[in-house]
Amino acid sequence: MKYLEEFRDPQIARRMLDKIHILATRPWAIMEVCGGQTHSIIRNGIDQLLPPGIELIHGPGCPVCVTPLEMIDKALAIAAHPEVTFCSFGDMLRVPGSGKDLLRVKSEGGDVRIVYSPLDAVKLAQANPQRQIVFFGIGFETTAPANAMAVYQARQLGLDNFSMLVSHVRVPPAIDAIMAAPGNRVQAFLAAGHVCSVMGYWEYEPLVERYHTPIVVTGFEPLDVLEGIRRTIMQLEAGEASIDNAYSRAVTRSGNGPAQSMLASVFEVVDRGWRGIGVIPQSGWRLNAQYRQFDAEIRFAVQDITTQESELCHSGQVLQGRLKPNQCPVFGTLCTPRTPLGATMVSNEGACAAYYQAGRFHLNAYEQPNTTI
Amino acid sequence: MCLGIPGRVTEIFEADGVRMGRVDFAGIVKEVCLAYVPEIEIGDYTIVHVGFAITQLDEASAQESLRLFAELGTLTHELNPMQDG
Amino acid sequence: MPLRHYPAIVMGHGAGGKLSSELVEHLFLPAFDNATLADLGDAAILELAGSRLAYTTDSFVVQPLFFPGGNIGHLAVNGTVNDLAMSGARPLFLSAGFILEEGMPMQQLGVIVESMAGAARTAGVTLVTGDTKVVDRGHGDGLYINTSGIGLIPPTVALGPQYVQPGDLVIVSGEIGLHGIAVLSVREGLEFGAPISSDCAALNGLVVAMLSTVPDQAAIRVLRDPTRGGVASTLNEIAKAAQVGITYFENKLPVHPSVAAACEMLGMDPIYVANEGKLVAIVAPDAADQLLAGMRQHPLAAQATIIGEVTTSHPGLVLARTGIGGTRIVDLLAGEQLPRIC
Repeated sequence: MKYLEEFRDPQIARRMLDKIHILATRPWAIMEVCGGQTHSIIRNGIDQLLPPGIELIHGPGCPVCVTPLEMIDKALAIAAHPEVTFCSFGDMLRVPGSGKDLLRVKSEGGDVRIVYSPLDAVKLAQANPQRQIVFFGIGFETTAPANAMAVYQARQLGLDNFSMLVSHVRVPPAIDAIMAAPGNRVQAFLAAGHVCSVMGYWEYEPLVERYHTPIVVTGFEPLDVLEGIRRTIMQLEAGEASIDNAYSRAVTRSGNGPAQSMLASVFEVVDRGWRGIGVIPQSGWRLNAQYRQFDAEIRFAVQDITTQESELCHSGQVLQGRLKPNQCPVFGTLCTPRTPLGATMVSNEGACAAYYQAGRFHLNAYEQPNTTI
Repeated sequence: MCLGIPGRVTEIFEADGVRMGRVDFAGIVKEVCLAYVPEIEIGDYTIVHVGFAITQLDEASAQESLRLFAELGTLTHELNPMQDG
Repeated sequence: MPLRHYPAIVMGHGAGGKLSSELVEHLFLPAFDNATLADLGDAAILELAGSRLAYTTDSFVVQPLFFPGGNIGHLAVNGTVNDLAMSGARPLFLSAGFILEEGMPMQQLGVIVESMAGAARTAGVTLVTGDTKVVDRGHGDGLYINTSGIGLIPPTVALGPQYVQPGDLVIVSGEIGLHGIAVLSVREGLEFGAPISSDCAALNGLVVAMLSTVPDQAAIRVLRDPTRGGVASTLNEIAKAAQVGITYFENKLPVHPSVAAACEMLGMDPIYVANEGKLVAIVAPDAADQLLAGMRQHPLAAQATIIGEVTTSHPGLVLARTGIGGTRIVDLLAGEQLPRIC
C-alpha cells in the first residue's frame, strides 16, 4: 500500500534505532497519547528495541478504554429496548459495563450491529423507519467530525428515528490533567497524529509553554513512531521544549477547517468523566442545543444510571501511566482478554490487552531463533 | 484512536447533498465521505478514518520524509561504522 | 483460572478462538469422554477392519450465502474434503444435511446444490447420503449445511502433531486471508469492492502430490487447513498439541496486497483471517526445499513459502518476529476478530 509500506522499511527502522541509541544519554519518560500508537509500538516490538533508559508510558489514548462506565451501562440499557437497532464500532462490543457487554445484550436478543462508518447507521435509519436507530458516538477528535456529519445528515434528512449516544473526549485537557497531577513522571508527549490532522496542533502550544514539555506530533507506522521518539529525545537531551510536527504529510498547524466548522456547529464542550481517571474539565463534547433532539441519552431517558466498577480493576492507574499492566495484581490471572475486568484489557489498544497479547508476562521479549530462513 | 489509512481518490460524486467519493486502497475500493476535503481531486491521496477523508496526504512531504529517513541512517553509519545498534 | 460465567452462547463461541476451545474442553470432551475425540484432530482416525478410516464433520453457516469466488455449497464440500485430506486420507464419501429456511428461493438452492455437485466431482468424492429439514421463516439465515466425510488413510502415511520436532520448518501453501476478506467484502454494513475471491478449493490433490514429492513421507509431520481463526489459530493448536514453540517471520507471510489493505482498513490482522484453500505443513528441515519445489508446481500452491520454524523455546506458544526485529506472542483471540477504529 502506497504511503504505508514505505514507512515500515526494516532497514531504515534499524538505522533509526541506532541513531536513537546514540542520542539518548539519559533515561527519559515519554508518553504516547494515542491508542493507535500504543498498538503499533507493542505490535512491532518498538519498545523492546529502544535504549533501556527510554520508557514509553502508555497514555489514556484509547477512547474505548476511557468511555465512562455509566456510558457503557447507558448503551446496554438502550440496546436492550426491542425497538432499537444499536449500532457501534467493533471496538466497543466487548467493553464490560457494570454487569455485561454489548455482545451479551446481542446474545439475549438485542439488535446490536457493527458498522464501519457512522453514515451506515444513518442509512439504516432511512431504510428502517419503524426501528429506532441509535449510534454509539465515541472517540477522540479524529472520529468526532464523522459522528457530527451523521447527526447533521439525520437533521437534513428529517429522520426522527435516528439518535446518537455521545461520549467524545478531547486530548489537550487530558495532557493538561496528566501533567498537573502530583507524582507525574511524564517528561514529553507524542501527540496523536490523526487527532492533529483534524484539530491541528496549535492547541498544544499553551501546554508546551505551561509545563516546558516537548510535544511531537507523531504518526503510526514504525518509521513515524521512531521519528517522533527521535525528535522528542533530541529536545529532551538539549533541554528544549517546543511543539514539533513529525507527521507533516498528514498534519498542519491549523488542521482541517471544514471539519472544525462542523464540530463547532454540532457539538459543545463539556466536562467529561474518563473511566479510571475521573472528571477532566472541558474535556468532552456533547450535542449542542440545535441538535439536542438527536441525543439518545435524552430520548431514552437514561440519564440516571448507577454503576459498579470492579474493585479489582486498576485501569485508571494504567491509563495515567502510573502502573504497567504486568504490575497489576490481577493481570493475566483474574483479568485476561477472555475475562476482562476493565476496558484496558478489552480494547486492542488498551495497554493491558496489548501487553497480554504480546505475552509480556510470558517470556523474555528478546527471544532469538537460531535458524535463518 | 485513529486508524486512518492512505488511499487514492478514484471518483467524486454527491449523495443526499453530501460530497462523497470512492477511494482505492491497493485494490480495495470503499465509498468515503469527502465533505471534509473539499479541494481534493481524483488521483489525490487522502487519509481515511471510519469512512471519512480527514485530510489530504501531502505527497511531496511524504517523499521528503522518506528521503530524510533514508539519509538519517546513512549519516549514522558514516559517523559510527563500528556502532552496534 | 476462574472463568467468566457465560449463561448463554455468544458469537465468540463459534469463532475458533479461546471461547470455542473452552466450549469443547469443558462441555463436549467431558460429556463424550474418549481418546479419539480428545485428540481434537481435523478428522478422527479410526481403526476398522484392518484399515485406518478418517471421519470428520463440519457445519457451514456463512453469511452471505454467495460471495466472490463461491458459495456455501463449495465450502460445504471442500471444507470436509480438506479435513480428511489433512489427516492424509483419500476422501471417498460425503453426507450432507440441509437446514433450509422457509421462503428461501428454490433457484438459489439449485445453484448451491449444483456447486456442491461440481466440487464433489473435482475432489473425486461421492455424496452418498443426506437429509433435509425446513425451519420457520426468520430462523436459519436462508440455509445451513452440515457435511460429514470418510476417507481411507494409506498404511504408509502418519501425520499428526505428535511427529513435530524442534528444528522443523513451517510452510504455508499460499496467500493467506483471501476467503475471510472476500466474505467480509460483501457483508452488510461493511461492503467494499475487492479484486479478490475466496480461495475455496479441495486440497486432497495437493496433499497427494506433497506426499509423493518427498522421498520419505515421515518428513511431513503434520498438515492442517487454517480455516476460521486463520493461520494463527492453526499454529497455536499445533504448538499446544505438540508442546513445542513455533516462530514465524512476519515479512515471510504471503499476503495479497488487497487483503493487506482490507485488513489495514478494518484494523484486522491477516494471520487471524479465515482461509478455505490453503494448508499449513510442518516438515523436516532437510526435506523442506524439495517439498517446496514440488508444491510450487501445483496450481493451488504456486506461492508456497517457508514462514517459520519449530523451536524448543516457549513450548505451546507462537511467536512472531516483526519486520523491524521485535517479537510478540501471537495468541488465540478470545472470540471473533472485530473491525476496529482505533
